[in-house]
Amino acid sequence: MPVQQLEKIFDDKLEKEIRIEPRDWMPDNYRKNLIRMIGQHAHSEIVGMLPEGEWITRAPSLRRKATLLAKVQDEAGHGLYLYAAAETMGISREEMNDQLLTGKAKYSSIFNYPTLTWADIGAIGWLVDGAAIMNQVPLCRTSYGPYARAMIRVCKEESFHQRQGFEILLTLCRGSKEQKEMAQDALNRWWWPSLMMFGPNDDNSPHTAQSMKWKIKRFTNDELRQKFVDICTDQAKVLGLTIPDPDLKWNEEKKQYDFGKINWDEFWNVVNGNGPCNKERIAARIKAHEDGKWVREAAEAYASKKKNVKAA
Amino acid sequence: MNSTFIKKIFYGDIPEEKGSENFQPKTNETLWPLWEVFIRSKQGLDHKHVGSLHATDAKMAIENARDVYTRRMEGVSIWVVESKNIHASNPDDAASMYDPANDKVYRHPTFYNLPDEVKHM
Repeated sequence: MPVQQLEKIFDDKLEKEIRIEPRDWMPDNYRKNLIRMIGQHAHSEIVGMLPEGEWITRAPSLRRKATLLAKVQDEAGHGLYLYAAAETMGISREEMNDQLLTGKAKYSSIFNYPTLTWADIGAIGWLVDGAAIMNQVPLCRTSYGPYARAMIRVCKEESFHQRQGFEILLTLCRGSKEQKEMAQDALNRWWWPSLMMFGPNDDNSPHTAQSMKWKIKRFTNDELRQKFVDICTDQAKVLGLTIPDPDLKWNEEKKQYDFGKINWDEFWNVVNGNGPCNKERIAARIKAHEDGKWVREAAEAYASKKKNVKAA
Repeated sequence: MNSTFIKKIFYGDIPEEKGSENFQPKTNETLWPLWEVFIRSKQGLDHKHVGSLHATDAKMAIENARDVYTRRMEGVSIWVVESKNIHASNPDDAASMYDPANDKVYRHPTFYNLPDEVKHM
């Protein structure tokens, strides 16, 4: 079949909201774009375990320890769903892992910030998971079937993550003066990086249009960011915390909050490897990979030994 | 993967240059077999495909499937099948493949006209 005809079949499917499945024909750039996007998403889940994992041993109660442990375990699972979805497009798990460890593939820049206090665990759940959910819910309808199915599973599990974070902050905000200050300090440090999670402004994001056309993305970066600001501003009132943005105010005409300028220099600086924890995060992943080498080798040796016994 | 990649990604635009020097890719490590996972969510229902994972053998595949796909009591039974053993129809052949079923509307109950007085049919 000529390419033009295959392209037409592909476009018709998108038009009719029919999902694209692994064995269907798809344009090369659609495939490359999705491999990058899903791989990056998977890496973010895996690296995302590191800042929170640091607090598992220091959680203030057994309840907090159990929930944080469950949350971090979920992130590992989400990483796996996503790697598996990317593999259906023809890239191997090992190749993706190599790309992460060599710095060729990126992950969300938010995980290059440190978790300095227990309140940061609350702020991550509320804001970082909140922003992730805002991004991920529309991805449940993304045009590539395996990605959409993985996202449905992720979103189902993710909502507890945000609630556990908010509960941590609420408890601190209703506690002593020092505890509330700790919560405010965490919000001050995590607010802006969370807004950056939605990516550059639409006019600096020339490929948004293509992703929207392919129905990979359903909303633009700025649309999602606005929704996030509106929701969080009201939630901050419940906590009694102040969002660190002097320009944040209700716009009666637009029925939404206006907010201040994002420091994109900081964003690009962190993306380009100069954030507070970039080196530490990758070093931790490399160590995990290398420390796990003997386990992988042992499992392989065991499997092949058993196979040989069966064959004999 | 080359640099002509479209740069739009889920969390934002991120450039590709910038690598870390201290890790050498090892592509010669053995690839573990891929397994497809099917879960029965409760007795009385079919096993349903939920995703895939890598494992060295069936036992490890089942244990990993439990950890990855049933953390919230999603299943009472797990099947794993090595992906290479699954044979699939070709989506490009769909038109001719399902053609015999396409013009036989009389296989559906709504094809038959009955008076309204007829009940319970």
